[in-house]
Amino acid sequence: MRFHSNSEVRSWGRVGKRVHQLSRPRFADDLRSWNSKSDLPRLAVGNRRSYSDVCLCDGGQLVDMTGLNRFRSFNPETGVLTAEAGVTIDAVLKTFVPKGFFVPVTPGTRFVTLGGATANDVHGKNHHRVGTFGRHVRGIVLERSDEGSIRISPRRRSDLFNATVGGLGLTGIISEVEIKLQRIPSSQLDVETLPCPNFDELCERLSAGDEKSEHNVAWIDCTASGGSLGRGLITRGNWISDGPLEAHGDGGKTMPTDRFGALLNPLTLKLFNSAYYAKGLMNAGRGVTHYDRFLYPLDSIREWNRLYGRNGFYQYQCVIPDSAGREPIRALLKEISASGEGSFLAVLKRFGDLRSPGMLSFPMPGLTLALDFRNRGAATLGLLARLDSIVASCGGRLYAAKDQRLSREMFISGYPGLERFAAHVDPACQSEFWKKVCS
Amino acid sequence: MTTKVLVLGALSDIAEATCRLYAKDGASLVLVARSKPKLEAVAADLRVRGATNVHVHAGDLAKLDVEKSLDAWIVELGGIDVVLLAYGLLGEQRDLEQDLKEAAALIDTNFRSAALWSLAVANRLEAAKHGTLVVIGSVAGDRGRQSNYLYGATKAGLGVLVQGIAHRLAPSGARAVLVKPGFVDTAMTAHIQKKGALWSSPEKMAALICKAARGRSPVVYAPGYWWAIMSVIKSVPSAVFHRTKL
Repeated sequence: MRFHSNSEVRSWGRVGKRVHQLSRPRFADDLRSWNSKSDLPRLAVGNRRSYSDVCLCDGGQLVDMTGLNRFRSFNPETGVLTAEAGVTIDAVLKTFVPKGFFVPVTPGTRFVTLGGATANDVHGKNHHRVGTFGRHVRGIVLERSDEGSIRISPRRRSDLFNATVGGLGLTGIISEVEIKLQRIPSSQLDVETLPCPNFDELCERLSAGDEKSEHNVAWIDCTASGGSLGRGLITRGNWISDGPLEAHGDGGKTMPTDRFGALLNPLTLKLFNSAYYAKGLMNAGRGVTHYDRFLYPLDSIREWNRLYGRNGFYQYQCVIPDSAGREPIRALLKEISASGEGSFLAVLKRFGDLRSPGMLSFPMPGLTLALDFRNRGAATLGLLARLDSIVASCGGRLYAAKDQRLSREMFISGYPGLERFAAHVDPACQSEFWKKVCS
Repeated sequence: MTTKVLVLGALSDIAEATCRLYAKDGASLVLVARSKPKLEAVAADLRVRGATNVHVHAGDLAKLDVEKSLDAWIVELGGIDVVLLAYGLLGEQRDLEQDLKEAAALIDTNFRSAALWSLAVANRLEAAKHGTLVVIGSVAGDRGRQSNYLYGATKAGLGVLVQGIAHRLAPSGARAVLVKPGFVDTAMTAHIQKKGALWSSPEKMAALICKAARGRSPVVYAPGYWWAIMSVIKSVPSAVFHRTKL
């Protein structure tokens, strides 16, 4: 396994530049023999769709796991798939949708690896039904610098397993994942779009939809204010029972440049959000949609993260516990709308009460809000700090995979499992995020 | 009908990506390369993807008994439709100039061994009047350049051999085709950080290889625009070319 100096590695948010020693092993064998000889600081990364510093290790050795992209076995009776950690959800769907299987949980992009989905314990629009990705992981093979290759599961070394699910790659290198796929009757969903003119109506209809819909999420116009504050569109989807089983294609366009950043300003954001809401009003109602359009709308534009310009952007995702109600979200929306910043796609969803095994897992029962902010330096950081204080004051937390400027204090206060987790960290694993939290 | 595929050097990025395309369509494959555990990992993956049968054989292609091995594998597959020859070393030109042992090893692998396998395969395809030999060459074989001419020379030599085999097989119904990739993002080129518009993925290469195996042309540039690029590079007069560092 050879490492080469690389200055182009960035997280999805594209903030800052770093130099890594990078290697992309293609076989678990090569990874294991390197691991048995090296104890240099390292971090394994997947397809680097994390927005933050959890996938960066400035000056350290970065092990790009996308070369370990083989299936190992599949049982069509049980739906249990064993695969190397670098296999992407994209690859799983291409092979298994035609056979009538889907990943039980998917984030808003299919370009994530199974290892990354496990390490960040990702969630989807169906969290209220099935919980996080980690709940469906049956087993993990971990390459530890101190123990070598070990197999862990909810029953075998369950503490280490629970640390590894949502463990941000710090408990060792995840080289293999065993996961139970979900059966689907077709590759199409019956999708309903419900426009809601204000925040209260949006929240009420979002809660009501959890019962009857497998997928349930809201887009919020983050520029609306006054009586329209928090207006948005709810989309609910259920797999339809009779339809073709067709995997998605490879089509799509690539964002050609990062020079359009200047075109994003409070005026264009307002125009876009208003137009998007108006379009939702016109298209309100039900229709049948392929999963690719419903679950992965942004995947049709490769490298869409260049949209926010050369300085990159911050994604902000918080969860507000049920006990605090919806008022903190309203307060966040007021701050955002007053700032004129914000994004095209602000998303609101309710997390259900299915607990993840992960010690550092992000979701908890409550409302979660996610949106992007173009990096405009101090102004952006100031706004995000104001949002932080709202989240902290009501016992909420932020999502480490999304938030590059997540502070040590915010992380410690939001994650009571941190101390228990720290005991399981591999002595050789390191990331920029972890340095920040530990210092 | 199940396509029967033999892959020599099955662990390269390009070879494995090609195997996945054949596996998806239910092919039977025999994979040959050095490492048994790595071959097993590839084979397990191909089975999940839909391959009918996958057999693996670990060995050094430069040392195996060519005739005997080939006959055994064809029996194992129950015939042969496609043979993909996909192994080769890139080497570091400056080091090869100083270390003739290294140079000899590169020539042995890229030309001597590859040529012998090609000849043996050609004999069997000609006798069966059926099947295609696909050999991976390189655009580096089109003009000798200071930066990698030994590698280029071995690929040029292999290219002429495959061209001759294609000519010889033409009346029989069997075929041979040389695929010449340009820049491909593989483990072989992992040390190059800047990868621009001219770089292709192994998956793209795999699709072009499968297409070349089905097509009629004896030489395929992959992707096709490399034909134009290499035509220009070949036509630059030496007086000008020698001032470049290509």
